[in-house]
Amino acid sequence: MDNLKERLLNGEKRAAARLISIVENNEDVDQILLKDLYKNTGNAYIIGITGPPGAGKSTLTDKLVKSVRKTGASVGVIAIDPTSPFTGGAILGDRVRMSDLNTDDGVFIRSMGARGHLGGISEATGAAVDILDIFGCDYIFIETVGVGQSEVDIVKACDTTVLVSVPGLGDDIQAIKAGVMEIGDVFVINKADRDGAIKTKNEIAMMLELKEDRSWIPPVDMTIAANNEGIEGVLESIAKHKEYMLESGNGFKRRVENRKNSLMNLVKDRMTRVLLEKTTNGGMFEELAQKIVAKESDPYTATDLILGKLNLS
Amino acid sequence: MSKPIRVLVAKPGLDGHDRGAKVVARALRDAGMEVIYTGLRQTPEQIANAAIQEDVDCVACSILSGAHSTLLPRVKELLKEKGGDDILFIGGGVIPADDIPYLKEKGCAEVFTPGTPTTVTIDFIKANVKK
Amino acid sequence: MMFNEETLKEIKAKSDEYDAQVAAGLAKRPERLAKFVTGSGEDVKRLYTPLDVQNTNYAEEIGFPGEYPFTRGVQDTMYRGRFWTMRMYAGFATAEASNERYKYLIANGSMGLSVAMDLPTQIGYDSDDSLSEGEVGKVGVAIDSLADMEILFGGIDLGEVSTSMTINAPASVLLAMYIAVAEKQGTTADKLRGTIQNDVLKEYIARGTYIFPPAASIRLITNIFEYCSKEVPQWNTISISGYHIREAGSTAAQEVGFTLADGIAYVDAAIKAGLDVDSFASRLSFFFNAHNDLLEEVAKYRAARRLWAKIMKDRFKAKKSKSWSLKFHTQTGGSTLTAQQPENNIVRVAIQTLAAVMGGTQSLHTNSKDEALALPTEDSVRVALRTQQIVAYESGVTNSIDPLAGSYFVEAKTNEIEAKAMEYIKKIDDLGGAVAAIEKGYIQQEIMDSAYNYQKDIEAGKTVIVGMNKFQIEEQPPKDLLKVDPSVGESMKKKTQGVRASRDQAATDAALAALKKACEGDENVMPYILAAVKT
Repeated sequence: MDNLKERLLNGEKRAAARLISIVENNEDVDQILLKDLYKNTGNAYIIGITGPPGAGKSTLTDKLVKSVRKTGASVGVIAIDPTSPFTGGAILGDRVRMSDLNTDDGVFIRSMGARGHLGGISEATGAAVDILDIFGCDYIFIETVGVGQSEVDIVKACDTTVLVSVPGLGDDIQAIKAGVMEIGDVFVINKADRDGAIKTKNEIAMMLELKEDRSWIPPVDMTIAANNEGIEGVLESIAKHKEYMLESGNGFKRRVENRKNSLMNLVKDRMTRVLLEKTTNGGMFEELAQKIVAKESDPYTATDLILGKLNLS
Repeated sequence: MSKPIRVLVAKPGLDGHDRGAKVVARALRDAGMEVIYTGLRQTPEQIANAAIQEDVDCVACSILSGAHSTLLPRVKELLKEKGGDDILFIGGGVIPADDIPYLKEKGCAEVFTPGTPTTVTIDFIKANVKK
Repeated sequence: MMFNEETLKEIKAKSDEYDAQVAAGLAKRPERLAKFVTGSGEDVKRLYTPLDVQNTNYAEEIGFPGEYPFTRGVQDTMYRGRFWTMRMYAGFATAEASNERYKYLIANGSMGLSVAMDLPTQIGYDSDDSLSEGEVGKVGVAIDSLADMEILFGGIDLGEVSTSMTINAPASVLLAMYIAVAEKQGTTADKLRGTIQNDVLKEYIARGTYIFPPAASIRLITNIFEYCSKEVPQWNTISISGYHIREAGSTAAQEVGFTLADGIAYVDAAIKAGLDVDSFASRLSFFFNAHNDLLEEVAKYRAARRLWAKIMKDRFKAKKSKSWSLKFHTQTGGSTLTAQQPENNIVRVAIQTLAAVMGGTQSLHTNSKDEALALPTEDSVRVALRTQQIVAYESGVTNSIDPLAGSYFVEAKTNEIEAKAMEYIKKIDDLGGAVAAIEKGYIQQEIMDSAYNYQKDIEAGKTVIVGMNKFQIEEQPPKDLLKVDPSVGESMKKKTQGVRASRDQAATDAALAALKKACEGDENVMPYILAAVKT
């Protein structure tokens, strides 16, 4: 274990990769190890890339990473794909669009299945980000489909979140309106050579005008990622947002907020585990549920009983 | 939470016949594995780097172009070089029986030729990954 | 209508009687399977009767050979006039070795050449590129420069043969080289006959050897249409391919639907580029697969012809009869061959040959028995060619045109495949056309679903593949497979480096600069490519 720690601090890719697996699998070693290493985090700038399937997130990420790499900065990418709820298996295909990055020594790409993590995928992602941060990545991109609460949690944990959209998806705008919009710091209309790009841009810009907090109005950039067009503009917007976050103090606030969320999740996770251990792997729940149905007990008394096991009530 | 087996399904070489690779990828997924698919035309270098970063338990290369004797040993060599010698390494595709002993000698744990049921591949991976 | 109402009523009554009778006996003597399906997994009924084709109008939907909608064939005499072109796909190692194989095939009665290129050539890499490592000369011949092309066709009169080149992304370059070699032989471009595959959309769907993005690729394709309509009028400028779509695992109806959707995209692009549809439509050709389900395959070819004729006439308003007719090349299905008991493949190929011939193909490649194992040897290629010759000369199926027409089953299946294919085309239209449907991954996903279902059926034993999942034997690994000399890579490297050292570099640079400029503008790039290959 110590060995892995040394190797991670030495910037060894295999060690970083192993450690991500360890946190992903919720093996207990993670916590001990990350306790020691936590002080080494905080150097990376974390950028979330989210949007509906087919918006071109992987291609956009690929181009953004290439552009960032020109500055000499090292980059980590965490790409998250859905897991089959039936088999627990997954096909993680995001690397297909990032093939060229495979031979760049300054890039580390990791695919993750949004499997049924005990603490939720957002916890595993958070820990993976910390590991890549310690490993020495200057920028970390997290790419995920922007559906589902846990995925919203992931992008909320980023310093800057880029929301990718494409022209002509009417429902898409609705989804954005419905609440995802608040998480976007930078908006991108990809495949901007398609009909309706300007219309989509105007619609989004109009909605952003309605934001309550006027201190940062997210820019809306147009890209054709497949042709490498508009990429620099997105990077500039990200840089501007970074600057704004630093100057306004919102960056610090957001990191505190993110850590608070993550702390809450870690505690829930730990408590759930302890709870399961103390209730004969949930057997007590089954027992009490039967009693509740049989009217031998009620949900509130049962809750007291269970929490009693944790000495919390 | 049991840990899913992670497999990199890779297409080395220039051939674009990915039906086999994709069918195997789906079968592995349905067997509860996490499959990382590389896409077409991957160099041995790209495959080995992806395998390390993804911390996979197995690298499965599909090749139908006839370049297997050049490319598969090269992938294995690079895996070893990058500290991934313990990763289970297997191949599949249109590979003549005569070439298989050479590939095994060069570190291919098994070579699956046309007509192999996906269950055979799945069972082989389950039995042979280092856990 | 093929039957009058009175007759249909009688048949209906009799048919109900028959159904009831069979149903009563099933308890005692059940059928082999609960459900019978075609090779593509489509339902097959116990019996087909006139009731199944009662809505088919003979004159409008079936008609006569050589006439719209060409269901019965594209020529008026079909194989009574001349047989299909027996065209064996071949090419390996060096231009010298392939040239020898071509001469052997011509001597054995092959009527047209079909050139296989190696993967570096197909993707535009020279033999000495690092990505070509291990691939040079493996699945076809390596062509790096005009010098290789001259050797490939040395001693073969290009004014006499028709040549099909399986080349897509760099089709413009290889066609230019072919024209240049012919000129050196003293044959002008207007005399040349042949086909380039030139179908990039299916590379994105199924075959994988693409270079340029779809939009740029389609410009190259329309440039070729335009150039050839003037300079190489007998050349088939594209072979819109369902073959690889089927190999990737599609069903028969998907093969037709997706291929014709690609065809629609090319015609759309050419019209958009300002070409008159009748100026290029007759030079479009198609390329289909032949699988084992004989009757389904025959129905597939008939459905494809009829549907394309309707598309060209109604959707694109083509006026010439030649623009409506779908001509196609067929190759027997590589994915149907087994590595186990390879001799059985000869039988499969024979059935597939019958399907293609009774389906009215214009040319045919038959696979060799050893192709699930390696590139075919000369002996196995000969058996494959003989299979075609036996069907042509001995089987008798060539004597009457479209001999399966009028079979209730075949006509019903023809209607069904046409309808299903049309559904796919409609779905693709709704997604914004073939290019958009490919970008969204729709077509690939549909094919992959079919491929995976097929594999699962085989593994569950629902689909029987003789010698593979039933009737297996212990067998020794086969001997005498063709091995490409591994030194080919080295010798090609040297040769290409020699060409680079000895050419007039200034002239090459100038030709490439002119080509680059043409690419940036709107001009037709073909003349510039032709000039460049000559330097």
